[in-house]
Amino acid sequence: MSMTPDQQMLEDTARQFFAERSPPGAVRANRTAGRSFDPTLWQQIGELGFSGALIPESHGGSGIGYRGLGLVLEAAGRTLCASPLLQSSFIGAAAVLRHGSAAQQASLLPRIAMGELTLALAVDETPHHHPENTRTVARHVDGGWVLNGRKRFVADGDSASLLLTLARIDTAGAESDALRWFLVPSATAGVTRQRLHTVDGEGFADIEFAAVDLGADAALGTASPTSWQDVLDVACIALASTMQGSAEAALALTLDHLKTRTQFGQLIGSFQSLQHRVARLHVDLQLARAAVTGALDELDARGHVTADPRLHRLASLCKALCGDALHDVSNETVQLHGGIGMTDVHDSGLFLKRARVLETLYGTSSHHRDRYARLAGI
Amino acid sequence: MSNIEEFRLETRQWLETHCPASLRTPMSEREVVWGGRNATFPSDDAQRWLQAMGERGWTAPTWPRSYGGGGLTAEQNAVLQEELRRIKARPPLYSFGLWMFGPVLLEFGSEEQKQRFLPPIVRGETRWCQGYSEPGAGSDLASLATRCEDHGEHFLINGQKIWTSYANLADWMFCLVRTDTRTKHGGISFVVFDMRTAGVETRPIRLISGDSPFCETFLTDVRVPKDQLIGPLNGGWEIAKRLLMHERTNISAEAFGNAAGLDLIETARQFVGLREGVLANTDLRARIARHRMRDEAFRLAVQQARTGHGRSSSAATSALASSFKVAAASLNQERCELLLECLGHEGLGWEGEGFSTDALRATRHWLRSKGNSIEGGTTEINLNVIAKRVLGLPDPV
Ligand SMILES: Cc1cc2nc3c(=O)[nH]c(=O)nc-3n(C[C@H](O)[C@H](O)[C@H](O)COP(=O)(O)OP(=O)(O)OC[C@H]3O[C@@H](n4cnc5c(N)ncnc54)[C@H](O)[C@@H]3O)c2cc1C
Repeated sequence: MSMTPDQQMLEDTARQFFAERSPPGAVRANRTAGRSFDPTLWQQIGELGFSGALIPESHGGSGIGYRGLGLVLEAAGRTLCASPLLQSSFIGAAAVLRHGSAAQQASLLPRIAMGELTLALAVDETPHHHPENTRTVARHVDGGWVLNGRKRFVADGDSASLLLTLARIDTAGAESDALRWFLVPSATAGVTRQRLHTVDGEGFADIEFAAVDLGADAALGTASPTSWQDVLDVACIALASTMQGSAEAALALTLDHLKTRTQFGQLIGSFQSLQHRVARLHVDLQLARAAVTGALDELDARGHVTADPRLHRLASLCKALCGDALHDVSNETVQLHGGIGMTDVHDSGLFLKRARVLETLYGTSSHHRDRYARLAGI
Repeated sequence: MSNIEEFRLETRQWLETHCPASLRTPMSEREVVWGGRNATFPSDDAQRWLQAMGERGWTAPTWPRSYGGGGLTAEQNAVLQEELRRIKARPPLYSFGLWMFGPVLLEFGSEEQKQRFLPPIVRGETRWCQGYSEPGAGSDLASLATRCEDHGEHFLINGQKIWTSYANLADWMFCLVRTDTRTKHGGISFVVFDMRTAGVETRPIRLISGDSPFCETFLTDVRVPKDQLIGPLNGGWEIAKRLLMHERTNISAEAFGNAAGLDLIETARQFVGLREGVLANTDLRARIARHRMRDEAFRLAVQQARTGHGRSSSAATSALASSFKVAAASLNQERCELLLECLGHEGLGWEGEGFSTDALRATRHWLRSKGNSIEGGTTEINLNVIAKRVLGLPDPV
């Protein structure tokens, strides 16, 4: 579907805001300040209505919808902006909207919309994404749950107030094949967080749950072998929107260089071998963009319903295509800049580092091709 | 009920009555209907289907009613296409007139020319061919040399065209000619003529796939009436480029690969076999998956471009046309290569016993697909267009 005038305006506002307020160089400023994001920036993002974009007005949000928030994430991705927007406003809000009870929605959504409560998705436990092998266990006890396990590489895990955690249900001492989402306040006794220093400088953490006591209302949705999956689909689509933005910005950076750098008495952008390489990247990005748009529109069209095969397919499609495109663009960005691209003062490296982190998060392109293939009967 | 929903219901009912059941099945290349004076139809149903759609103007749904078109809005046309897809209706007509010549005539032709040429295109009564390429002018099309001289009452044309698809079967040609030798792009004009005109001779050329869908076309003292010049004298290059955009867009929308035939996944499962529920050859499986995903994204892109009216300046459309052409060509070539690989020895037959009809057809399609990155502007030329027009990269000095 084409963009509505509202969405067009939203995109313009978002692009301008992130370009002015948080250009790629802000990554270095955060690194120097030893923080994973800038809290003042987060407050401004909230004031613009972005943090409540998915949340209906009745719960204090702006009800812009998935496509709208996707455009905002893309704009943030263009400048490599670090903030809880992806984890909390998109993935976290979507999980509560799709799986939360009326009571959970009433208590959580307004605070997510305000930006005072932030969520982070805690799913992976090993170096690769295999959610169906989740070993973190939730045991049902009188009036609540006890959680044990360990999550690795949790994005925003160092700062989020609520951890959206995938756990296996233990019934009467036997592990079942049912998984379920839990909302674990990170300040609860038994939760330990270990900040990780990743190449991109964002706020990753490893998290340990040691006999964490949770109330009955910590559980989200139902326990099932499949119904938890749509949250990960949403996460992949959100991530893909961000990656699309980063890839387009890296290509734009490269094009600027091709139009200004002279060698052999020519602008290097006049060399056809280079023109064809970037033209192919442009075509790849158009396919990736179509996949992201298709997935966001699908989310909006279906409302907050749970898992279905078409959503799985589109989520894997856009995660893999954006992953491949960003991978290739980020490599070419360094290569076509030559020596300057290898230096820390230049932004090429920032895009390259962030690219690999986003590509790996919630399944590499290869993981998602495999999943897509299964869904398509290949 | 909204107007558009009403339109959907009416359309559905109309199609129910007029689209014969036998035309709701996949179509092979041989069953394509091209229309024209010597039209052939694979069945009476196919003829009835073309007649019904032509009368309603739905072969050219968005052209104005006054020229025989359907007069539909973009939104209505989207609904019509959805309904056609829903019942798996075959296209009633393939036509260079519909895809290429008609759209530029609507934009550049005189009122009298539109009245004369458009309605027969809609009804499938005239079959057109494209006289662009010459032996010395391929990618560098504007270097074309076919001479067109003003002889007072008429033009006189002398020269040679090549790779003219279906010239031997066509009724009329739209043709680029040189009317001024002093300037390159500014000396080209766009004319049309009947292929029965004295001095027009076509010789089919045989392709690697064994078919002969295109020709050498010789033009010797061909007299063309003056009212068959489209647009201004020496103003043909603008029209030529616009037509190429329509050609590329159409090639992509039709995605080459709509050609019916073996389903890639089915063939892979059958010929390569499964292990633990998935394709046994993991390397091939990965490449098929990658291909299918790009293919799905491409289809989404085409669909979004069709329904999108947010940013469709003609510059944007032209830029998109080149990207889509590059993608469509590589996707179809990839699909044909993968299909051949899945078929193994079965995919290496040329003709005769020992090979299934489907496999033989796949082999011929594979050979034909090599032309996808050449016809309608090569992939290299389209990458040049993207680099310069879309990405704004400089020319060497
Ligand atoms: C199946 C098929 C159907 C066709 N139907 C028609 C038709 O109906 N009417 C018609 O008029 N024509 C038709 N054509 C012709 C087609 O448009 C030309 O073949 C095409 O434009 C290429 O021209 P050429 O063959 O002279 O190759 P050339 O232009 O000689 O190209 C040779 C190679 O050089 C490359 N090259 C050339 N210039 C550049 C450059 N500047 N930068 C980088 N690489 C370059 C090309 O990409 C190509 O790889 C058809 C072709 C095919 C294959």
